[in-house]
Amino acid sequence: MGFYLAQLLTGLANASSLFLIASGLSIIFGVTRIVNFAHGSFYMVGAYMSYTLVTLWSGSILGYWGGVILAAAAVGLIGLVIEMTILRRIYRAPELFQLVATFGVVLIFQDLTQAVWGAEDLLGPRAPGLDSAVRIFGEPIPEYDLALIAIGPAVLLAIWLVFHRTRWGVLVRAATQDREMVGALGVNQAWLFSAAFVLGAFLAGLGGALQIPREAVSLQMDLSIIGEAFVVVVIGGMGSVTGAFVAAVLISVLNAFAILIFPQVSIVLPFVVMAVVLIVRPYGLFGKPGSEHGAPVEPEQPLTLMGQKGLMVMIAAVFVLALSPLAVADFTTILLVDVMVATLFAVSLHFMMGVGGMVSFGHAAYFGVGAYAAAMGVKYFGLGMVPSMALAPFCAAAAALFFGWFCVRLSGVYLAMLTLAAAQILWGVTFQWQDFTGGDDGILGVWPAQWASSDRVYFYIAFVLCIGGIWLLRRAAHSPFGYTLRGVRDSRTRAEAIGVDTRFHQWMGFTLAGTLAGLAGVVFAFSKGSVFPDTLGIALSIDGLIMVLLGGIHALAGPIYGAVAFVMIEDWVTRLDYWRFIFGAIILVVVLLAPDGIAGGVHRLVRMIRGGKA
Amino acid sequence: MLEVNGLNARYGRAHILNGVALSVGENEVVALLGRNGAGKSTTMKSVMGLVRQTEGSIRYEGQEIRGKASHTICRAGIGYVPEERRIFGELTVEENLEVGRREARPGAPEWTLDHLFKLFPNLEERRRNLGKQLSGGEQQMLTIARTLMGNPKLVLLDEPSEGIAPVIVEQMAKVIEELKAEGLSVLLSEQNLHFARLVSDRAYIIEKGEMRWNGTFAELDAQPAVSQSYLAV
Ligand SMILES: Nc1ncnc2c1ncn2[C@@H]1O[C@H](COP(=O)(O)OP(=O)(O)O)[C@@H](O)[C@H]1O
Ligand SMILES: [Mg+2]
Repeated sequence: MGFYLAQLLTGLANASSLFLIASGLSIIFGVTRIVNFAHGSFYMVGAYMSYTLVTLWSGSILGYWGGVILAAAAVGLIGLVIEMTILRRIYRAPELFQLVATFGVVLIFQDLTQAVWGAEDLLGPRAPGLDSAVRIFGEPIPEYDLALIAIGPAVLLAIWLVFHRTRWGVLVRAATQDREMVGALGVNQAWLFSAAFVLGAFLAGLGGALQIPREAVSLQMDLSIIGEAFVVVVIGGMGSVTGAFVAAVLISVLNAFAILIFPQVSIVLPFVVMAVVLIVRPYGLFGKPGSEHGAPVEPEQPLTLMGQKGLMVMIAAVFVLALSPLAVADFTTILLVDVMVATLFAVSLHFMMGVGGMVSFGHAAYFGVGAYAAAMGVKYFGLGMVPSMALAPFCAAAAALFFGWFCVRLSGVYLAMLTLAAAQILWGVTFQWQDFTGGDDGILGVWPAQWASSDRVYFYIAFVLCIGGIWLLRRAAHSPFGYTLRGVRDSRTRAEAIGVDTRFHQWMGFTLAGTLAGLAGVVFAFSKGSVFPDTLGIALSIDGLIMVLLGGIHALAGPIYGAVAFVMIEDWVTRLDYWRFIFGAIILVVVLLAPDGIAGGVHRLVRMIRGGKA
Repeated sequence: MLEVNGLNARYGRAHILNGVALSVGENEVVALLGRNGAGKSTTMKSVMGLVRQTEGSIRYEGQEIRGKASHTICRAGIGYVPEERRIFGELTVEENLEVGRREARPGAPEWTLDHLFKLFPNLEERRRNLGKQLSGGEQQMLTIARTLMGNPKLVLLDEPSEGIAPVIVEQMAKVIEELKAEGLSVLLSEQNLHFARLVSDRAYIIEKGEMRWNGTFAELDAQPAVSQSYLAV
């Protein structure tokens, strides 16, 4: 009895921390529609700042809590600076583009934090007056956990009062529903957005600052929390603070008990719960359809297809690529294979997002399934390289067919989150199922057949498969199927009105994109000679997303530019010290210079050079 | 008060308005008539700064406002009542009104909650209800009241009689008369010629994004062919 109560209390204390982070994320999304990947960074920086301050002032209760609040306020200020200097300039960019900028911020903060506080984990002091345990039914419960359990609901109440008793709060709630209308009623959105961002950052910083007595402060805090925070926001319904609270309690308490029965479950549990909730309630527990389409969506720009000239340039580039192994060193050949793999992966993701209108946060799942299927083909089933290569994309297709069936029932960010859940579940299973997948150790020795083992020969295999895959997707985008899919993207209602089975088309588009991502995974597996769970991981999914968005989602050539630039720059900067900082800064510069992506930037540059109006 | 000239508007590649010109004078109620899809709403949204791609000139009280942010345009004294009403469904009636509240403006009538509740008695009873709980007619009242809370000088009313019961339409006509009596100017878009005639001083007719005709209702009656070709369904 006492034991279960203790478990429940631990769960509730965790829920409070999670709620603080998730509520800020939810508020920011609700008002600004920004999917803020940097929220984990706010949390981490809050923890580090508070570590410094409370270590300094831990002598007195006032000093300790003053340090916590001051750290949170400093993070709020950082949020303000980021909003005003970066995000404010790109609110009019295509949907989700801001996410790229927040990802740049994540990278920058990783290196900044390391530069200031070092790479070692730091253990902070306990809160004065709350540093021992009380016995409840014989079980020792840390006093600090009890304090946290009280802080969560107190913050919820405070947010509720602000949202219902102040004019600012009313405006925030109105903007969550329809921000364009709020603007037409005379409210300056820039100011409202800044304030929402500051509040969100403050809450994340507070969440981090309150963790000091519970865990060591580390550089992994940012990415370890962000996945779960998104889950909580989505389960609660994006934009709903009450929803975030309920979801945080649900996830944390379930987790506290589930690990007793099945310890491995904790890394996939949140995502399983999210998947189930989204399938039953497509907008989360407290979300409203209206809060997703708050503002009537700006008419999407039509997809820019490649002109005659662009096509010629592309064909020329492919020719140069085909001849390059004859001219360059072997390590460059290997890099070029990486570029081709990334390009096929990005083009397949773009087919989903730009052509199909379905954003995916979990596209690596199909890449990884392809890679693992190929590896298992040669290692466990003794198939040769060619049969494995031929079969593996169908495994990816099967996975995409299965998960896609659920995903196309949703739309917008919720759809994206369900793809993330699918990917995380696959990743979790791969990671934990040691006997079948090799778990963390991966599968080694996945080498091409003897005849294909030289870098040059493998380059041409990769060339044929990747360029073939890209060509196939391009054909599909131009086909009647692709045309219909774009129609569904632009206006679902109109497509339905003329009798198109929109879901079926999206489902097939999802599957095609997954299949080709799988093909990219296959090429990848044999080029590296091994596969690991991170081929299914969230980091790779985000890389793909960055390539597509940075390249320019409105152009068919966008993902090609994005992938090539991404891999080349990454290859170059990772050799430098503080490469994350540099990479993040480059991303921010591109984002600010070309809010329509590289494709848009190139387009404008070409027109400028030709002397037309820019 | 409002002078629109050579207005073009596009959504993506679709060219919707082509050289639209119209004007609204001080304390005048002007109707913008046209069939469904003619471009009435797009005209109003363009004035309000809600259409991104526009060309031409939109002058309000002598100032060029085309290309300005919509909150700036609202603060200059133009109130917008959208066709879809766009009530904040999760907010109470009072909170909806609070969102629209702005400082009083010299030269424009000042609206208080009491005054608005006199004009829209239903809203007072429902002041604590959520926007989404209101009937269509009540929502239409609320969206007008919300805009009036901003103390505008010129109101853009997009199809206020659409989809509401005849009794409410009558009430709506009274409201517009009251606005005029208070000294406001109104640009009213309508498909319902009967209703427009009841409340407006003169009319423009738009079709396929172009202005086809303008004049008084007496002139319109004298040319049955005009309303026949541009308005009849
Ligand atoms: N957001 C939009 N994107 C693309 N086309 C639009 C959009 N809104 C309106 N249109 C088109 O513009 C034309 C004019 O529409 P609208 O101004 O709403 O007409 P009205 O208000 O007179 O019925 C119509 O053909 C409509 O289909
Ligand atoms: Mg209309």
